Amino acid sequence: MSNIFSSSIGKKLIMSLSGLFLVTFLLLHVSINLTALFSREAYEAACAFMDTNIFIQIMVPVLALGFVIHILFSIIITLKNRNARPVKYAVGNNTEASSWAAKNMFVLGLIVIGFLGLHLTHFWAKMQLQHFLGHHGENAYELLTRLFGQWYYCAIYVVWIIALYFHISHGFWSAFQTLGLNNSKWIPRLQLIAKLYAIVVALGFISIPVYFWFGLGQ
Amino acid sequence: MNFKLKIWRQKNNKSKGRFENYTIENVSSDTSFLEMLDILNDQLICTGQEPVAFDHDCREGICGMCSLYINGRAHGPDDEVTTCQLHMRKFKDGDTITIEPWRSGAFPVVKDLVVNRYAFDQILQSGGFISVNTGGVPDGNAIPVGKEDADESMDAAACIGCGACVATCKNGSAMLFVSARVSSLAKLPQGKIEAKRRAKAMVAKMDELGFGGCTNTQACEAECPKAISISHIARLNREFLCAKLQD
Ligand code: FES
Repeated sequence: MSNIFSSSIGKKLIMSLSGLFLVTFLLLHVSINLTALFSREAYEAACAFMDTNIFIQIMVPVLALGFVIHILFSIIITLKNRNARPVKYAVGNNTEASSWAAKNMFVLGLIVIGFLGLHLTHFWAKMQLQHFLGHHGENAYELLTRLFGQWYYCAIYVVWIIALYFHISHGFWSAFQTLGLNNSKWIPRLQLIAKLYAIVVALGFISIPVYFWFGLGQ
Repeated sequence: MNFKLKIWRQKNNKSKGRFENYTIENVSSDTSFLEMLDILNDQLICTGQEPVAFDHDCREGICGMCSLYINGRAHGPDDEVTTCQLHMRKFKDGDTITIEPWRSGAFPVVKDLVVNRYAFDQILQSGGFISVNTGGVPDGNAIPVGKEDADESMDAAACIGCGACVATCKNGSAMLFVSARVSSLAKLPQGKIEAKRRAKAMVAKMDELGFGGCTNTQACEAECPKAISISHIARLNREFLCAKLQD
């Protein structure tokens, strides 16, 4: 294990493990959200579960740590990578192979955390955090109806999730590549799985504002 | 065919370079890219100007010496060829062609389009070899190697060390080069003995020399004249991480 994290591959190991942890969390998050499509009661029950379950309570700080580590190492790695080419090319790279997402992971990540701040203040701080503090927050379902009743809030949310889609569509398979769990057969397969995973997560999240915007909430 | 050329000129490593514009006329479409530069240099010499310095040797795509970044692509607009194997028919008559040296902190410009790729030799010296005790030549078939392993190893060994992977990578990463060397040896019984030490030493050297890290953009595999797959990078990651975890 000696000084593994001082190496470039060691740092990327941290990126891939924290990234995989974060995308697993997203699957849980989107499943909870989707209960809102069934009924108000189902959503409120799901929220109550998230507020009181002991495992979830333990995982919240771990999750926060996961975000911090992922962001911190992305900055360290990006800075080092930028330094590797002190003199830039006059003609930008015209290679067609690399996906747009792959080339813009850092920018996509910035968009994701930018809106994440907004999201945390508008939702999390009024929901789970209130329960952790022993208060009674605003009714979760009402909160959804109120925020997603505003068109600009829906728009911001959708842009945010689209950035997240691109980030995951590259990050997911990239994590396996960095872990060394890949070969010529699995590269296209994992890339497909990454796209599917990103589509499921993104559509799941986007369905909520769409549902409430069209006034389908009770 | 006629072309406008925008070529990076730099006197030496210390001086500041800049682009110079040239025009070249009546070039046959069957001229290779380097021959086109030869013609240009002839003209420059005849008019008492300094010819453009560029690297080349075999001119048949096997030595890895030629190294030009042409219109935003390492080795130019053709796929799976080196600059010396690129022909002018890949361009349109009247095109403006921008020619730059490989840009990487680890590959300093020596003059004009020539860069110093000694960093690759240093990486190889750190572990890209097999230690063999001197003695008689061993029997060719004494160590059996499976067909699939041999193929995989040969695919990786096709690397000519030109540096197009570094030149094209947005991170200036040398991972494709290092992985090709590690992979070609890791797949053979002769190479397995020193596999752990090799992966660790070569990655450490690569980091030390200032190459960037891989973010799996796949640009390297697209521009590699030998089409070396990024699956070798996955193997390098595996070899490196396993070796480190066992330390
Ligand atoms: S000159 Fe040898 S590969 Fe191009």
